[in-house]
Amino acid sequence: MAVEVIEKKNKNKRYKPVLEGIPDWPVYQLSKNRKEFIEEVANQSFTRIKEIRPTRKQLIDELEATVYREQQRMKRNRWRVDPQDEPKFWSRIKSDLVELTSKPLNDEGNNKEDEILKRIVQRYANEIAGKFNPSSYKFARNIIKFWFARLLNAARVKKFGGIFRNQYTLRDKIQIVGKVKQLRKLTKEGTIVIVPTHLSNLDSILIGWVIHSLGLPAFIYGAGLNLFNIKIIAYFMNSLGTYKVDRRKKNLPYLETLKMYSGLAIQKGAHSLFFPGGTRSRSGNIEKMLKLGLLSTATEAQRNIYLNTPEGEEARKIFVVPVTLNYHFVLEAPELIDDYLSIKGQDRYLPEEDKYGSFQLLQFLFKFFTKGSNISVSIGRALDIMGNYVDDDGNSLDSQDRVINTRDYFLSNGHITIDKQREDEYTRMLSQRIVSEYHRIHRVFASHLVAFVAFEMWQKKHPKLDLFGLLRLPEEDLELEYQEFKKTFKRVRKQIYQLKKADKANYATHLKGKTDLVIRHGLENVGTFHIKRPLLMNKKGNIVTQDLNTLYYYHNRLVGYDLEKFI
Amino acid sequence: MTSRNLSDNKPVGVIGAGNFGSTVANLLARHRNVLLYARDEKVIKRILDKRENRGHKMSKHITPTNDLQYLAEQCDVIFPIVPSAHFRSMMKKLSPHLHPYHILIHGTKGLDITLPKGQTIETITKLNRDQVKTMSEVIREESVVVRVGCLAGPNLSKELASRHPAATVIASPFNEVLSIGKRLLRNDRFQVYGNNELIGVELAGVLKNIIAIASGALSGMGHGENARGLLISRGVVEIIHLGRALGGKTKAFLGVAGIGDLVATSNSTFSRNFQVGYKLAQGMSLREILESMDEVAEGINTVRIMKKCAEYYKVRAPITHAIYQVLFEDLTAKEALNYLMRYPLNVDIDFID
Repeated sequence: MAVEVIEKKNKNKRYKPVLEGIPDWPVYQLSKNRKEFIEEVANQSFTRIKEIRPTRKQLIDELEATVYREQQRMKRNRWRVDPQDEPKFWSRIKSDLVELTSKPLNDEGNNKEDEILKRIVQRYANEIAGKFNPSSYKFARNIIKFWFARLLNAARVKKFGGIFRNQYTLRDKIQIVGKVKQLRKLTKEGTIVIVPTHLSNLDSILIGWVIHSLGLPAFIYGAGLNLFNIKIIAYFMNSLGTYKVDRRKKNLPYLETLKMYSGLAIQKGAHSLFFPGGTRSRSGNIEKMLKLGLLSTATEAQRNIYLNTPEGEEARKIFVVPVTLNYHFVLEAPELIDDYLSIKGQDRYLPEEDKYGSFQLLQFLFKFFTKGSNISVSIGRALDIMGNYVDDDGNSLDSQDRVINTRDYFLSNGHITIDKQREDEYTRMLSQRIVSEYHRIHRVFASHLVAFVAFEMWQKKHPKLDLFGLLRLPEEDLELEYQEFKKTFKRVRKQIYQLKKADKANYATHLKGKTDLVIRHGLENVGTFHIKRPLLMNKKGNIVTQDLNTLYYYHNRLVGYDLEKFI
Repeated sequence: MTSRNLSDNKPVGVIGAGNFGSTVANLLARHRNVLLYARDEKVIKRILDKRENRGHKMSKHITPTNDLQYLAEQCDVIFPIVPSAHFRSMMKKLSPHLHPYHILIHGTKGLDITLPKGQTIETITKLNRDQVKTMSEVIREESVVVRVGCLAGPNLSKELASRHPAATVIASPFNEVLSIGKRLLRNDRFQVYGNNELIGVELAGVLKNIIAIASGALSGMGHGENARGLLISRGVVEIIHLGRALGGKTKAFLGVAGIGDLVATSNSTFSRNFQVGYKLAQGMSLREILESMDEVAEGINTVRIMKKCAEYYKVRAPITHAIYQVLFEDLTAKEALNYLMRYPLNVDIDFID
């Protein structure tokens, strides 16, 4: 059925590339010297870990823990992407360690543990490093463009031969709003670190397309290794210059090597992207807490840049750009919310697992293009590494729009100093700032608003039930009278308008308009491809659900705005 | 006397030449040269001519000034110690001269409130953390300075000036700020502790003033130490509940800045807040009391603010309520005490799980 509520005509125009030739791209420079770069990462990680574990005993303990964890991981949770020689490598390390510890530990040792550590970080650095290859980059990018366009036109132009038309492009499907111009300008002024919200495995591809379609040079980006299990994604990822983040490995040598990789790349001026929330948001919430590890590499890189730049000379600045991605429908929603609920119910370990292979993904893409489901991408205003807004020339501004010298944050007694604790605190401040920017630029969808209102209304009707009690209610007993629903919907929507006025939220243009139509738009789009629909209208015209869990998931998109009291 | 560190030849700044400001300036002057900002030309002249201010003998290493810009240019480390009611306007004036390399450690035990035009604490329907800020939050809001800390703890100006043993807490999320503060303030009679819970420590220092007024009232009525023991222990519970509602962590209230300061002020006739309570119980009106004092007792405003906040956050705060009624309504201290003694809630400790 056609929907009368339509997104405002997408103004997204075609953007010219910011830098003409691929050889000018920082990521290309990095990949050209790939071997040297990996070597540098490994060496510096080695030094860093030695600083953290200064005595022989501490280092050997750390190595033993690492081997143990790695062997556990291989036993319990092996993936398709894991290299074949892995078990052999680690059992070698283990026997070397056993040999080392069987002898008494005197300081006269030949520092065998250093050599072992070196082997481990070298392996990790190689695992993490991405390969950027200009020709396969171009190839992958064209494939994406071509097939997306074909699918889109086949779906929209319902005539024979629609598949060969070019009437619609991806640009009509994906709404990009926000500070595009600034972002383009700043790629030339400094180093960009894009930090998007993370809902779906699709994010990684989507954001790659966004970066390209905005005419930006390629970014290096950290993608979860689990994605590489899906062959079709792995193909694109490898060619787009991603580095791999393996969330199963939580040992110190791995984490330090990963951070070093990101940090050094940023320091060398490679535009970067990572998902600071870590994994996909399982609850469906907008990220409230960010992982500070990778984020801290931006702070550290900026400090090193200042440290290495003689006073008076201009130091290259790092700009952090929050981006929110929003969908009416998240393919993995049912599994994600189940994970979330079982974690919440009882603290237990969940392996990173994906139930979707290439086939499901293609199927989803097809559905996505054949039905009217839009994606929204909001580009936030750029921040410096302290979370201050920057202007289009890259100057950091305070709340009175006075220019701040970012270098001053690292000064102590007139000199730039390295103070880990201070920088950890800075990173924490930055992460809070990013979270509030997420909320500010996140565009509320009608589909999330109907989910939010319905779920909260049911919660209100059962004040004695906690979340789990509520979710256990039989779906067929739940029905909301339409007029009552509509009244509440209007009230909450008005509050969202207020939030936008106060610059604390944003909404998609389709949210405005006649209430009945907006509600219908919401109902038609909320989790539209799930087998069980989170929310729909029954024959009587009332609101019902087929799956409270996924309804809860989509509802969660609007948690954190304090809208509950308007129900 | 501790030797002056010549390598760090930048002076340290103090803003506010009140009682506590003067005391802190003197403590700092044992280690470093100090620039002391005072608004009043007469105060500056008196310090220059007589080396005296508010009964404090002022160290010769203190240079008074009324130029905020000069002070900010000269000093990397600044201690703002002005009453909470003027704190924000002072920060607005200071802010254009501040840079991210500055370190600010304040010594003001009060709260800042921002109300819509024409409203007062009493007329506004609700008061919460959107409007009520601690001084460190005011510094963060008004300036680019991020390395912020506060001074708290039992450091009654008069005792410090006469070199009785005492301690202070410096709180800041930044260890750098803690170590600088320690280096600048510590001496053989003055111990300095560090704490990372900035907001909690600030709130502890602010909220204890409510109990100090109540304690003064007990003394004013001629009651003894049993009553005070009761008040202080119940007071701790109330402070923790209020403090947590405002975003402080329990731990901060149990240390030197919390219990330490509470016991000190609740027993001290030197404390202005104690004096307020004492005089109230003696039958003086609030206006008469205010006229008799040369400096503000932060506790009075704190009571007004916290009564409203307690309503918003639904925190039981019987002592705050009673003191409020004695201060601003016509309850007598005696009636307030009766009310508290009959208060039904009698769980001893309910803030530790």
